[in-house]
Amino acid sequence: MPIEIDIVHVARLARLALTPEELERYRTQLGVILDHAARVQAVDTTGFAPTAHPLGLTNTFRTDEVRSPLDREEVLSQGPLVRDGYFEVPPALEGT
Amino acid sequence: MSTWEPVIGIEVHVELRTISKMFCGCPVSFGGEPNTAICPTCLGLPGALPVTNGTAIEWLARIGLALHCRIAPSSVFHRKNYFYADLPKNYQISQFDLPVCTDGWLEVTVDGEEIRVGIERAHMEEDTGKSLHQGLGGRIHSATSTLLDFNRSGVPLVEIVSRPDLRSAAQARAYAQDLRAVVAELGVSDARMEEGSIRFDANVSVRPTGQEEFGTKVEIKNMNSFRSLERAIASEIERQIAVLETGGVLTQETRHWDEEAGATQGMRSKEGSSDYRYFTDPDLTPMVMAPATIDRLKADLPELPADRRGRYSHLGLESHLVNVLSSSESGLRRVFDDAVALGADPVMAANWITGEVTAALRRTETATDDMLFTGPDLTGLLKMVSEGAVSSSAAKEVLTGVMAGEGTPAAVAQARDLIQVSDEGQINAAVDEVLGANPDAIVRFRGGEEKVIGFLVGQVMKATGGKADPKLVNSLLRQALS
Amino acid sequence: MSLADLTIVEAGVRLRSGEASSVDLLNAVIERASFTEAQLHCYLTIDHEGARRAAETADREMAAGTDRGLLHGIPLALKDNFCTRGLATTCSSQILAGYVPPYDATVVSRLRSGGVVIVGKTNLDEFAMGSSTENSAFGPTRNPWDPERVPGGSSGGSAAAVAVGSALGGFGSDTGGSIRQPASLCGVVGFKPTYGLVSRYGLVAFASSLDQIGPLARTVEDALTLFEAVAGHDPLDATSFPGEVPEMRAGFEAGPRGIRVGVVKQLSGDGYEQPVAAAMSQMLDRLTNDGAEIVEVSLPTFDLALSCYYLIAPAEASANLARFDGVRYGLRVEGETVEEMMARTRAEGFGPEVIRRILLGTYSLSAGYYDAFYGQANRLRTKLIQELDDIHRRVDVLISPTSPTVAFELGARTQDPLAMYLSDVCTIPADLAGTPAISVPVGLDERGLPIGLQVMAPPLGEPIMFRMARAVEERAGFGARPSMAGTPS
Repeated sequence: MPIEIDIVHVARLARLALTPEELERYRTQLGVILDHAARVQAVDTTGFAPTAHPLGLTNTFRTDEVRSPLDREEVLSQGPLVRDGYFEVPPALEGT
Repeated sequence: MSTWEPVIGIEVHVELRTISKMFCGCPVSFGGEPNTAICPTCLGLPGALPVTNGTAIEWLARIGLALHCRIAPSSVFHRKNYFYADLPKNYQISQFDLPVCTDGWLEVTVDGEEIRVGIERAHMEEDTGKSLHQGLGGRIHSATSTLLDFNRSGVPLVEIVSRPDLRSAAQARAYAQDLRAVVAELGVSDARMEEGSIRFDANVSVRPTGQEEFGTKVEIKNMNSFRSLERAIASEIERQIAVLETGGVLTQETRHWDEEAGATQGMRSKEGSSDYRYFTDPDLTPMVMAPATIDRLKADLPELPADRRGRYSHLGLESHLVNVLSSSESGLRRVFDDAVALGADPVMAANWITGEVTAALRRTETATDDMLFTGPDLTGLLKMVSEGAVSSSAAKEVLTGVMAGEGTPAAVAQARDLIQVSDEGQINAAVDEVLGANPDAIVRFRGGEEKVIGFLVGQVMKATGGKADPKLVNSLLRQALS
Repeated sequence: MSLADLTIVEAGVRLRSGEASSVDLLNAVIERASFTEAQLHCYLTIDHEGARRAAETADREMAAGTDRGLLHGIPLALKDNFCTRGLATTCSSQILAGYVPPYDATVVSRLRSGGVVIVGKTNLDEFAMGSSTENSAFGPTRNPWDPERVPGGSSGGSAAAVAVGSALGGFGSDTGGSIRQPASLCGVVGFKPTYGLVSRYGLVAFASSLDQIGPLARTVEDALTLFEAVAGHDPLDATSFPGEVPEMRAGFEAGPRGIRVGVVKQLSGDGYEQPVAAAMSQMLDRLTNDGAEIVEVSLPTFDLALSCYYLIAPAEASANLARFDGVRYGLRVEGETVEEMMARTRAEGFGPEVIRRILLGTYSLSAGYYDAFYGQANRLRTKLIQELDDIHRRVDVLISPTSPTVAFELGARTQDPLAMYLSDVCTIPADLAGTPAISVPVGLDERGLPIGLQVMAPPLGEPIMFRMARAVEERAGFGARPSMAGTPS
């Protein structure tokens, strides 16, 4: 039984402007993959905590000290649109 | 007409003044040319990785301990996923269901009443970059483009969430101010609203008095001073009541406080609520806080504002004086503490510190850190006043002299010839002189004219060159007249 | 024989004896590239100038008595998802076309400090998502043994370059098998270290809890040499292992005697081509003859490893790839609003496999589905790790085929994502467990296509893994080279 996926919602969450045809194609493909992957649901994983780090590392911190920042010009040279030392983008529709 | 009970919770974001950012070694600095404090990590370049600033985590734990929170023995970071141009990775490293601090409280005094405000949690996250909306008004709605500066991206941010225990705008303001005082006392942040190093959001709802269920919650943002925080919340409470009383329905939304308009404004509605898809950040490892570390941090906590206020009260200061002294700069408070330790009367000392000393600093435009007036100085000066060695007005002059670096109070009083005559023999001689020269005054005084004493005191003061202790003159005159 | 066909160890000897210079080595691999690139397309960028400068510097330094170590002056290929400062890094994606990083990955810094000559950046499946290098936005790489077939993926470019001799060795990244599987299909050695032994700083992330950088080379000893040059703690990577890198050379030639070898029941069966199964059983016989103990083991969680992986990796990837939004670098497609700009940029800039995985990942993390998918998969992962841990009480290493099949034809699996994913069944468990695993070429099938066997060990078990890999290599005696490598120099 293929899983029902609200592909429009998922594509919006992922900021992907896909055409209706593309959306439909991906929806079908995802359904097939998820059917297969959903086999994991049948497994009893009681008593198992999710893996945080394969080797179980904890407390990896850095000291509070300064490391040289990048050269601004080199960084801005990669910017699609820059102005007066800023990156420039079109206006936002929504606030946060 | 039913009565309404406001229910308010406050969310605070505190920028920590660590030397470096939360997950990278870029400097935490304010101002500066845009995009100069950036590296692959805080810029979200491909291939970059975060590494946790250990000091920031300790400071978060200290904040939690100062707020009586439980510190989680093990805690993790989560990715909070959403797209926004000033969020370089389009996810924010934050904490979801395993924050470092939970279940604390802060006691707040409002209008003489003490309330305990619950603190649900305090957690660590990273700040975003800054968006400068270009176009009319600098607001999102009318922007033509947005400029982005990532200097602030990755600065450590502590988020503190209160329980919805506040019941008025005034309470909310007091909580905000007291929370700010705690953070400032710990030295972990500049905590200045006008600079954005501390930010407050409020969650406001109302319910009919007596109802258990909460009403619809509205989030209020953009309150840039304590005063506007109080005004905004009060305004929102009014708005909500007005809507409900006219049979309307409230939407759960985020509203923006408009200082000029004096009202909260709805923001353009977002499509549905956000799905942040939180998951544990696989680039970072869990943080395990040992009990010994927690004990050490607790032991190293400074005296917190509430404890200090309690101590002042116990010294006999009444509540107004307690408040003013508590909010004085730490340098001034230290002078007070030192003076009291040397035996100065707490009430006198507090009055002088909050009154004359503060005024003198302002008048001479001296910074508290540069002040030359110490605890021993205050103790000495107060002793001279209570013993009558200087009059109250002369004491102000002495203070000025000490602050100007002229020496100890005794030395200054001597040098400036301010020492009062308190020798009774000397004064009595002058009294006799004056009374002898003013027999009609004696008659009038004995006849009931109290006012005459003022004239006679003045005459004695003149005779002693203004140096006699006026109180002593008064009592010796009365003795002589009786 | 061309210098391009030397091993790294041999090349090092010649450099120090003065028989060859670093510039000579570089010229040889560049010449090999000139004959093979048109057909194979291993490289996206060859850094002629930079490589030449590095080679000249290496020669000058060695002449002056400065010896930076075993990789000094050696020409290597790097997968194009390693950030190289000043040199284009595209991850084989349109969304990063023309992107030049302002910093080096830690691995790259360490290689530069070691005097390595970086020949160029090799082709990969876009953002390392794939098993054939057909998902590259800039065209596939072809298998040097049969250019109508895939080299495997996602590190297909590096594997093919090493196989054909347009580099003496190289590096790739492995998330579900992306070093080992192409190594197997191209007849070279490919090694994925214990998770955390090699820094990920500067490796463009696919799935953070699975990605590891590792070497590709023609011999096990070369792979070990490459690994040693980059392994070790990095303060810029919080998941990097803080302890010492295990000492791996002491027992290297000790042979298989006394080693308990586990053969995993779940990594065999119908899907495995006959020559692959045959090569496996022949090697097991040889090892048994020389004193290894073969033990049949069963790891039921291995049957679910693929599903588990496809719920974890895309989820992490969906967040890791969110940063590609047209704001600060890479492709930007215009829009009226920033939301539109981002959505159009991403839809145009990413290829279908990447989009598929982002959608899959976003879905499996979304509200209401997290626990059933991502959450459950991560618990299952812990179960797999424990099962493997238990098995390692009874055996020292596991041996299996690296891939159920040899190289398949270009286009054979592109229409069916699931069929493509099945290429990784043997390799995925080591990524989920964070354990070290290496593919060693052991022979050719009847069509002349390489077969690889995989050796897996417990975490930090590199010493025993390399020892067994060396034993397998010695017994296989695989010395064949693709005919294209015989191109006259």
